[in-house]
Amino acid sequence: MADIDAGAAKGPQRPRPISPHLQIYKPMLTMVMSILHRVTGAALYFGMLVIAWWLIAAASGPNAYANVEWFIGSLIGRVVLFGFTWALIHHALGGVRHLIWDTLRGFEPADREFLTLASLIGSIALTFIIWAVGYLAMGGPR
Amino acid sequence: MSGKHTNEMRTPMRRVRGLGAAHTGTGHFWHQRVTSVAGIPLTIAFVAIIVALLGRSHAAVVQILGSPIVAIIMLLFIINTVYHMWIGMQEIVLDYVHEDKLKLVTLMANTFFCFAIGLASVFAILKLSFGV
Repeated sequence: MADIDAGAAKGPQRPRPISPHLQIYKPMLTMVMSILHRVTGAALYFGMLVIAWWLIAAASGPNAYANVEWFIGSLIGRVVLFGFTWALIHHALGGVRHLIWDTLRGFEPADREFLTLASLIGSIALTFIIWAVGYLAMGGPR
Repeated sequence: MSGKHTNEMRTPMRRVRGLGAAHTGTGHFWHQRVTSVAGIPLTIAFVAIIVALLGRSHAAVVQILGSPIVAIIMLLFIINTVYHMWIGMQEIVLDYVHEDKLKLVTLMANTFFCFAIGLASVFAILKLSFGV
């Protein structure tokens, strides 16, 4: 800030150089996944409302719990729950990727592309596996 | 971040001692890593618990959620997650909200939200465990 003020006082006004922002770049996988990590984190933030509701309902009694079961059984409820599952797994795998990067490993172009793609494919695959196991545990889709 | 340093007389060392704009230095950065590491096993356990509870009756859900091991894992998951998401949302707000008043209100709302979610969930788990 000190530099900007000093510059304005000294020379004639001219546009300050600005660094290029996101829209100038072609979307890259690592970039999209970085954004997605934040988006899934924010979605999970609000998704925790459903988890809290579920726990409170279980603690409140059978009637309150029936409401949660009705919501989860509805189409919207299932879409929300499926989205929550994927966001949770994706954010978790993205977190593991970031923890690997925190150790200064996996920054070579091939490595970072692999890690990024692996967390995307892994999150989609794991989400379907969890739902398949869930439906099996319930004795098939209802 | 806030206010102009037009009369900046402090040395860089003095500023660093103030631990930057947030006054907590790298504390949140580190806590976010700690909670993310803890979150890996806790999330796996959480997903397993949810899958195991799918389609069960209310009585069965109450019994399972109230059993000590499950309740302890759920408490760890909730507390860890709530702190992790509080830091995360604060980071998002600090990145995108630049107007001082709005920033203050949003940061406050973040704290209220996380405390409410955390306390409500913890209370529910404890009530299921102690059955009061």
